[in-house]
Amino acid sequence: MFGSLSNFENLFEEFRRMEQDMDALLGNWAAPAGIRAVSRGQFPAANVGVTGDSVDVYLFAPGIDPKKLELSVQQNLLLVAGQRQLPVDEKATYYRRERFGGEFRRVITLPEDVDPERVEAKYRDGVLHVSLRRKESSRPRQIAVH
Amino acid sequence: MNDRQDIATRASGDVQRNGEDESRRSVIVLRPPADVFEDGEGITIALDMPGVSKDRLNIQTDNKTLTISGDVEFAMPQVMEAMLAEVQSTHYRRSFALSGELEPGQAEASLKDGVLSLRIPKRAELRPRRIEVRAA
Repeated sequence: MFGSLSNFENLFEEFRRMEQDMDALLGNWAAPAGIRAVSRGQFPAANVGVTGDSVDVYLFAPGIDPKKLELSVQQNLLLVAGQRQLPVDEKATYYRRERFGGEFRRVITLPEDVDPERVEAKYRDGVLHVSLRRKESSRPRQIAVH
Repeated sequence: MNDRQDIATRASGDVQRNGEDESRRSVIVLRPPADVFEDGEGITIALDMPGVSKDRLNIQTDNKTLTISGDVEFAMPQVMEAMLAEVQSTHYRRSFALSGELEPGQAEASLKDGVLSLRIPKRAELRPRRIEVRAA
């Protein structure tokens, strides 16, 4: 049957894709997983970038009312929690339901030296950008040699 | 297997072929998660594409295929070091095979907070008609 044949093709493609993902993971982004990291495919997906004086967290949370998000920083832990309600049309026939719906809660471990007093958060195009400053004392300092 | 299910199963095959083409150029492409549902008037597709703005979204269609692609844009410091990287690309792409009773030329799309909603109506003559039963 055609159906089962294409399923096999999909399976092989899926393995190929996994391999590519692994390559990408080990190649460009060899970021170690944090102890509070959860399995992949978690909502919202997160990217965290660090520079000498700032930490930027990007949470990929499309279709959410930012006013209903719970966002807090405790020491070096960033907590984000909320709910994503997907409208369901009872009369319609669903063929795919891949999007995340329901409650979510994520804790992201940040560098030890973030300043919990200086945090800014913006929500744009479904991405929540949390920008944190690092404490002065821990920034690399240029030392003049005389 | 009726026509409709065929759309649904063939869709993922198309996407993966696209993915393969992209991989030859060693570009990782994200496959946005989709909800697809149908009522009497047409089919609705909802896609999660966080980070994509209206002017970076591209929807292409001929009568057989619908391809949605988009790029994520956000300001990032140049010297940033990745501590955690779950989203590993800024490119989204996904294709769906269409069936003949749909009118992709009449499709309507809206993008809000990173969610794309696409409504493809059925041809008017093919929409289910309600037949009234008169009392004899």
